Amino acid sequence: MSSTFNKADYVKKDLPPLLTKLAYGLTAIGLILVVLAYLTDHTRSAYNNVVLLMFLISIGLGSLFLVAIEYLGGAVWSTPFRRIAEFLAAILLIVPIVSIPIFFNLHELYHWMHHEAVVNDPVLKGKEAYLNLKFFTIRVVAFFSIWILFYYFITNNSKKQDSTGDVKLTKVNTKLSAIFIPVFAVTLTFSAIDWMMSLEAHWFSTMFGVYYFAGIFLGGIAFITVLLVYLNEKGNLVKGLVPDHYYSFGVFMFGFVNFWAYIAFSQYMLIWYANLPEETIWFIHRWEGSWVAVSLIIIFVHFVIPFFALVSQGSKTNAPKLKFMAIWILIAHYIDLYWIVLPVYSPKGAVFGWIEFGFMILGFGLALLVFVLKAKNNNLIPVGDPKLQRGIDFRL
Amino acid sequence: MNEKILYAYSALFNTPDKIIHAAKTIAEKGYKKYDVNTPYPLHGMDHAMKLTKSKIGWVTLVFGLSGTLTAVTMMGWMMAIDYPVVIGGKPYFGLPAFGPIMFELSVLFAAIATVTALLTLFLKLPNNSHPIHDTEYMKNVSSDKYGIFIEAEDPNFNQNEIDALFHQLGAEKIIPIYYEEEKINFKPKMFDKKFLGFLAFAGILTSLLVYGTMNKLLYIPPFSWMSEQNKFIPQHTSKLFKNNSDMLPPVKGTVARGNLPYNFKNQPEKAAEFLVNPLLPTEENLKLGKTKFNIYCSPCHGYLADGKSRLRGNFPEPPTLHSNKVRNWSDGRIYHVIMEGQNVMPSYSRQLSEKERWAVINYIRVLQRSFNAKESDLL
Repeated sequence: MSSTFNKADYVKKDLPPLLTKLAYGLTAIGLILVVLAYLTDHTRSAYNNVVLLMFLISIGLGSLFLVAIEYLGGAVWSTPFRRIAEFLAAILLIVPIVSIPIFFNLHELYHWMHHEAVVNDPVLKGKEAYLNLKFFTIRVVAFFSIWILFYYFITNNSKKQDSTGDVKLTKVNTKLSAIFIPVFAVTLTFSAIDWMMSLEAHWFSTMFGVYYFAGIFLGGIAFITVLLVYLNEKGNLVKGLVPDHYYSFGVFMFGFVNFWAYIAFSQYMLIWYANLPEETIWFIHRWEGSWVAVSLIIIFVHFVIPFFALVSQGSKTNAPKLKFMAIWILIAHYIDLYWIVLPVYSPKGAVFGWIEFGFMILGFGLALLVFVLKAKNNNLIPVGDPKLQRGIDFRL
Repeated sequence: MNEKILYAYSALFNTPDKIIHAAKTIAEKGYKKYDVNTPYPLHGMDHAMKLTKSKIGWVTLVFGLSGTLTAVTMMGWMMAIDYPVVIGGKPYFGLPAFGPIMFELSVLFAAIATVTALLTLFLKLPNNSHPIHDTEYMKNVSSDKYGIFIEAEDPNFNQNEIDALFHQLGAEKIIPIYYEEEKINFKPKMFDKKFLGFLAFAGILTSLLVYGTMNKLLYIPPFSWMSEQNKFIPQHTSKLFKNNSDMLPPVKGTVARGNLPYNFKNQPEKAAEFLVNPLLPTEENLKLGKTKFNIYCSPCHGYLADGKSRLRGNFPEPPTLHSNKVRNWSDGRIYHVIMEGQNVMPSYSRQLSEKERWAVINYIRVLQRSFNAKESDLL
């Protein structure tokens, strides 16, 4: 029927050289471009840095969230490749480093950092208790530490299980995941508000956190899907994985493309209908000059095309299509973040040059690099997990 | 008794693994007409049975998209063509506002179409009979056993071979399933005359009951913006009085309060002779006269009664009241003009009460005096 996994027979296989080359290459090119970008135009680079930071957070946090819901749901189908998500969650370790350049440019980025503007502005004055440098720093540090702490405990338990095979560790991780989910919800919402919504400090939307959550989960799922399909084709994963195992990733991508559209539309429609100047201003900024084109492109790239590409059952188990659509969705998610942040930098029209491109390259490069470095020293298969064999045997 | 015919040969298994293995083996042996029944959906069964992908998704997709299209055309026609109303300053064809309706209709159409297609195309309703109903096999697979059966119509069907195969696969129990000719060829009595007649009768009865309940028993008059009022209207018959009218003419000789009849109709000389101004030119009376004069008289005669009003040049010239003729008229003669009108001037008896008429006359006298003041007035 399907192959039986024997722990003693398991030999760790080196990652495909292409993946390693890609990881180092993209990171190197990205780093050079980003350093050059900071030397030429540090304000524009800082805005792109916010996009990069949110992109990396979405992949890292999305992966950790997937690990958590897998433990909570007692999922079996995903156990054989849970490590991919765990390695990608390690991005949370480098996220604080990526955020450092932003801290040097806070004054250029955030209007609420301008003391003289806040004093004469009743709206900003009302928000001063929340939007001030001290509290902002405290929140950022606290959220980063909370994520890293959860990442450390959950993956460490999983790693320990490789040698002990103890069921208790799964139970501990389930409890940790249960604590992590509400913490995740709160921290991601405030992170989205702090980094992106406060760029336009007067504007507010109660849906913004959920909007970013849709992006987070899409980012995580899409990156895992590419790696899963690619590594399985190269034979790096456990034997016996068939397209049936990809199915749920296809379903997740399809489902969250819809969820993103649902949230994005709800946010837009409510603001459009209520027509309050302090709310509509955000969309008016994104309807200025060439931003119109970006706004319209996002509807198709982020929703309509993925919807029809992923709607059939066949496409959710079709490996080449899944790989293509996963990369597509990652790029769409990057454009989405770009569309949220960059209009603040250039209100008159969209800008896309080598600076934006460099940051995008660095985003993909760093995510891959973290995975490659993690995968070098750790088992790519949770060999000690009691659910492993059942996961391999999973069929639709 | 009807003759029993073999429909299928069935086997029951104890575990999911065994049934999947059995299904796989039977599919590989080339049997076409067989089916598996389990108490709950089993992962991996589709592959074991080599089932092709279901086509039901196409029904969902086509009807879902037609739901979207219906919503757009319906809302567009209603909001932009048939009954355009500005709502919240939005354009008539406000696509974002149609979004929720597009979503809801897509889901509704898709869901109803999917279920209907499943029942009719795939489950072949209205035929609701199947040979495996009411058999021991069915009782077992709907509680705790996993069953498989091969139909006798299968080209490879051979009872002995299948019996051996089932034994080899580790079947717990092997049961042949029979059916009665009459039962399987049972035709639903859907187009029976009696049934259709009953359907029509029930339909008409229900319609009548619903109509009566909604339009008579529970009728609430719709809000008609006060166009229907419980009041007396001219030219309508009424039950209030015997002569079918709402009102009776006053009793002969009745006079309404403050409306004494005018006795000098068409008799200006007599009015001039007999009518006497009852009001003294006190400050209070003159004030009343001034107010009323400015309201009713000044539009034509002018604020100073000299005929210089804004009507001048647009109308037969209103005469000045400072002419010798008017100055020499008695108060009664002026009163007559107010009552009856003169030339193009209509009667002002409706606008001015008796007291007000006399007050206006007093004020006219003041104006006349002001235009022809004597030296003694300056002292």
